[in-house]
Parts: sequence; structure tokens; C-alpha cells
Amino acid sequence: MIVSKQKNREELLSLLDGLTSLFLVGCSACATVCKSGGEEEVFRMEEWLTSLGKKVTGSVVIDSPCNVNRTARDLRDHRVQVEEADAVMVLACGAGVHSVVLKSGKRVIGALDTLFLGNTIRNGQFGEKCSLCGNCLLNETGGICPVTLCAKGLLNGPCGGMEEGKCEVDRELDCAWHLIYENLKKQGRQDIFTRTVPPRTGGKNSHPEN
Amino acid sequence: MSRLSEQLAAGRFVVTAEIAPPKGVSIDLILEQATAMKEVTAINVTDNQGANMRMSPVAVAAVLVREGYEPVLQLTCRDRNRLALQSELLGASLLGIENLLLLSGDHPSFGDHPQSRPVFDLDSIHLLEVVKSLRAGFDMAGKPLCQAPSFFPGAAAVPEGEPFELMFQKYRKKVLAGARFFQTQAIFDTVRLERFMEAARLLGVPVLAGILLLKSARMCHFLNDNIPGVRVPRDVIERMEKASDPLEEGVAIARELVCFARGRCQGVHLMTLGQEKRIPDILANCGKQC
Repeated sequence: MIVSKQKNREELLSLLDGLTSLFLVGCSACATVCKSGGEEEVFRMEEWLTSLGKKVTGSVVIDSPCNVNRTARDLRDHRVQVEEADAVMVLACGAGVHSVVLKSGKRVIGALDTLFLGNTIRNGQFGEKCSLCGNCLLNETGGICPVTLCAKGLLNGPCGGMEEGKCEVDRELDCAWHLIYENLKKQGRQDIFTRTVPPRTGGKNSHPEN
Repeated sequence: MSRLSEQLAAGRFVVTAEIAPPKGVSIDLILEQATAMKEVTAINVTDNQGANMRMSPVAVAAVLVREGYEPVLQLTCRDRNRLALQSELLGASLLGIENLLLLSGDHPSFGDHPQSRPVFDLDSIHLLEVVKSLRAGFDMAGKPLCQAPSFFPGAAAVPEGEPFELMFQKYRKKVLAGARFFQTQAIFDTVRLERFMEAARLLGVPVLAGILLLKSARMCHFLNDNIPGVRVPRDVIERMEKASDPLEEGVAIARELVCFARGRCQGVHLMTLGQEKRIPDILANCGKQC
């Protein structure tokens, strides 16, 4: 899931300068789970905007606004309300914002900060375990990602700051390489420790267009 | 061939020391410190040490070369991507720098720019391999160089690192990646150093034991709280606390560690932090049976 959080009200207020009417878009998938852009949050946002004297022309919570075609369809269904607004405020991740930019033809206000690909630990609490780097090593690391969990993203074992299996950046945190080592040892495997892992390639350098 | 590589090859017990580039553009203090290091084989120049912004170590190392000293250029992967690292290395070679200490680097969260973006495009193992490739006349992309640089690449070791087996796997990878010498993180625990040297000796690469001059008990606590990989043990802190002249006690502790390293390691790397004039005292015979 893509984890996101709402921008603070002060920042949002500065983004609303000069706008009198808005159409709101929420997300019934990730942003609903994160409580940053579901039905409830869209409703609260509408209340707040109204209290500021802004007009909310309408709203829609899209089933995954990252889906461009579905976003186009739902915006079409609300064409009159969208047209009436000075801008569309989107309570979804950056991908959702982009779908609305592509398909609304309006000025778009992104109301959230998009944080990371998250695992739900418990309700409302998320962990980052994968960085979407495009060079997956999990098959050799006992399923623990050093790119994400090592503070330096090191590929060839712990740095000199590891102490008693803890990370130099935060002594409360386990060193990712210590976790990998313990995990592989338990399984009687050596895997990633038997070779030098070359530098990462490509991955984030290419951004697919379509 | 650098003097450091020659002396290590000849089996001499080598002494290196270390200076930090200035925050600012005056190098008067550096030259003064270097003068007090006349007797050491080579002087390490740190690279934004502890992730604190300072003058480029390439510039400082080049000045040392000009002044007749032999530097060990420390280079970290924290602040430069692979393009910058390679061009920095070629520039260093042009300026007469041969000895390198290739490091991953402390995380920016320790330093005076904690919000800076950590690069770590490469790690220390990759950087060692890059140097191997440059020496062979090719860059990382396999493109030929018009002239290959001459380098003597070293790396860091953490003899007190735990778990030992995990730490030593990294050490072995560094040897395979082309490390020709090691300088260790500051050591205090002779039992752990002994255990490390027993394993390291088999790989045949010279190790210079890192010895840090303690100046006060407060400094011990600061090191334990703030410097990654440095652990001053309880009994050493107690010695410093009880000492009537803490600096003198620090010199005595360093001297004992140097004596311990003789015969076990191939040299020592002294971190004297402004007390360079005490180097002769640290290298003197400690009078004990070590």
C-alpha cells in the first residue's frame, strides 16, 4: 500500500490563496486505509473548506485514483461540478494527483504528502520494508531488504558503525545486516555473504511513461 | 610506489597519524600539526569526518604533498556518487596522492548537516573495486583511461565489531576487493584485537591498529555516545576518572596499546586530536611486558 498523510492546515491554507471553489477527490484504497483521503477525511476537508468561506462544488471518492481510466470516468460523471470549481483538491497519493491532472484539465491541489510503500503493522501504523529499487536481493537475504532497512542501503554487509547487532543511526534499531545474518544462519544458508554484490543499476533512473 | 607501501612491504612497523581539514580556508593549523608528525610514515586526511562539513580532503592532501609529507586520502561514499568518486580519484592522482583509505562513511545524521541526503551510490567494497579498475586503466563503465593512476588502496576494519563472524565477512570481502592495507577503528580491548588479528593474519594484508589518545573521562563518554564503532570500556574510563593528570594517563593508555600492537599488528594509526606533540611519548617503550 502507498502510505500518505495530509499536509498540515497551514500549508493547505497557503495553497488555497485566491481560490473560491473546489471539487474534492478522495481515494477508496490506500488513502482510505491511511485515513488521509477516504470518505471520512473528504467530509472533514469539506467542512473545513466551508468554514473558511470556500465553496465545495462536489466530491467523489474514486476506487484507486492511480487508475487513469477510472479517474477519467468518475470525473466525467461529475463533469458539471468539476467545471464549476476553480481547482480540484486531491486527497490521494502522487499517482492519484497525476491522474486528476491528466484527466480534469483543471488546476489541481495535492492535499497529501506521499510517503512510502508500506506494510500495515497494525491499524494506522505502517512500516517501510521495500524501496521499489528495481534490483531485488530478497531471495539471497532471507527476505530482509538491506536497501531499505540499512540506513546507508549498503549491499555488502554491515558498516563499521554496527554495535552488538544494532544500527549506528539509532541504537534501538536492529542492524539490517545483523537481521539478514541471523535469518540465514537459522536456515543454514550463506547466500549473499558468498559473493560481492555489484552496485545497483537502472531502477529509479527510468520512469515508465505509459 | 608510496613510502607507506614500501615500508609495509619491507615489514617495518609503520606509524600513521591523522589530521582533519579545517572548517574555513586557513591551513596554518594543519601545517603546524603536520610539522609535529614529521616522524610518521603517512598522514591521513579525513573526509567530512563524522559527517561534519570541512574543506575537501583532496585539497588538504595535495598541500601536504607539496610540503613534502605523504598523505593517506580518506574518501567516503556518503557525499559523492560514482561519477564524483571517480573524478575525485583521478584528480587526487594528478596532485600526487597515492595512498587511499576507502570508506562507506558515517551517516549524515551524526554531523552538522543532519538533513543532507546520504548518497551511498556505492559502498566501500565497490569503491575498492573501482580503484582496482582505475589502476588497471578503466573506469567503472569500462571506458579506457588516457593514463592509469597509481594508487595504494586501504580500507577500514572494526576489530571489536560484534558479531565477530558477520564483521569478519565484510573484512574478507574488502581483502578480495583489493584492500592492500587496513587501518582500524580505535581499539581499546586487547582481547578482541588479539582475536581479530588471529583471523586477519591468515589473509595476509597488513593491519595498522587504530589508537586514539584519550584526553579526559568526559571525552570517553562523548566517544561512546557519539562516535559510531568506538567503545571505550568501563575500566579505561575508570582509569581516566581516577587520574590526577588525565592527559598523561591517556598517553600512558595509548602507549600500552602501541606496545601491545607491536609484534601483533603491522603498525599503528594514531588519532591524537590536536595533541600531535605527544606522538613521541605514545611511541616510547611502555615499560610493561605487553
